[in-house]
Amino acid sequence: MIQTDLCIIGAGPVGLFAVFEAGLLKMRCHLIDALPQVGGQLSEIYPQKPIYDIPGYPEVKAQELVDNLMEQIKPFKPTFTLGERVDYLEKQEDGSYVVTTSDKTQVHAQVIVIAGGLGCFEPRKPVLDNLETFEGKGVTYMVKNPETFRDKNVVLAGGGDSALDWTIYLAEVAKRVTLVHRNETFRGAPDSAAKVFDLASEGKIDLILSANLKEISGNGKLDSVTLTDKTKNEYKIETDYLIPLFGLSPKLGPIADWGLSIDKNAIEVDTRDYSTGVDRIYAIGDINTYPGKLKLILCGFHEAAIMMHSAFKYVYPDQKLSFKYTTVNGVNAF
Amino acid sequence: MVKFTVEDQDGNRQEVEAPTDMGFSLMEILKASEYPILATCGGMALCATCHIEILEGPDELGEATDLELDQLENLPEYFPTSRLSCQIRVSDMLEGAVLKLRGEDVI
Repeated sequence: MIQTDLCIIGAGPVGLFAVFEAGLLKMRCHLIDALPQVGGQLSEIYPQKPIYDIPGYPEVKAQELVDNLMEQIKPFKPTFTLGERVDYLEKQEDGSYVVTTSDKTQVHAQVIVIAGGLGCFEPRKPVLDNLETFEGKGVTYMVKNPETFRDKNVVLAGGGDSALDWTIYLAEVAKRVTLVHRNETFRGAPDSAAKVFDLASEGKIDLILSANLKEISGNGKLDSVTLTDKTKNEYKIETDYLIPLFGLSPKLGPIADWGLSIDKNAIEVDTRDYSTGVDRIYAIGDINTYPGKLKLILCGFHEAAIMMHSAFKYVYPDQKLSFKYTTVNGVNAF
Repeated sequence: MVKFTVEDQDGNRQEVEAPTDMGFSLMEILKASEYPILATCGGMALCATCHIEILEGPDELGEATDLELDQLENLPEYFPTSRLSCQIRVSDMLEGAVLKLRGEDVI
């Protein structure tokens, strides 16, 4: 089990900066994020977009801000669990918490900081009967380990960059790859689209255009996918796997079940220290709400600083907290 | 001011009134009217959570831009007159239009 002072749920800009504020108070942090990389929506949705309201930066690209935050928190040696969603929080007898992720990683922390933004980014699912019953039994929304698909029949659905990229990659690994796309053309990267058309004309993959998923079937495990084309003809394809790739969408997810007070998908907090109604659990950034709340990165930074001074008492119950400026004390690395 | 009709995820229709001279996007008006739209990216046409379908209205209103199609085509389902409401400026073109919310609801 991972031992830390604070477990921060969400590695977006506010979660990252919280590590810095915690570090100044000698508190160690472990961060967990459902996305496979840090940066939250900045990295996932708009990495190349300029942001104009970060104090001291007339203009900064979203990814650049994330990279700078990672540099800024380096002295405090944060640790990360990425690509896993936090499913459970369990209070221990001494008041501390054990956090369990979707992949059963466990983290023991004195304090929980929810910096979850809009929630976790989860795959968008196509509307198909019985889809859920085949999840993990042939239907998967993410290629975590390409070797899973070695010498298997795989159907991919979607027309974006990830559908193109995985089709190209899996063409070398899988027994047979079929890409199903609802249009005649792809809007993803032109190079990848050209490569996919080449693979299809060389007979290395099956490319089915202007077609939609209609149904899936199998006996306990997926064995076929039925498609319809634009003239409503149906095709049945025998397959071991179906990988629908229709992008990601944020969901509040299990956070809703942790007994916190929630209003319109945000966690209500006390503005004195951004604590939730539950002992030792704080919420900062876009995931919290209070009268006058503004969903701005800079407000989240402010909340992180105040919140850490409140959390100090749980990590160092016997010590008195004295406020210090970095200009006086510098940044004392761990 | 302009008046149009919004059909929510449950099929309930309601008339909404919005000013045309304040530079609002349709997404901003829908959010202000407390419809459950995430608008994750805040109006950059980068997330498709403000997806709507134009059921009635001028043809032009139902024509998505390239920027919108990049997102719409990634969705599991979209329609011939699908739009991202963040890319529709509130104007007289909306008068009498009927639109249906298609974005994912928040759980």
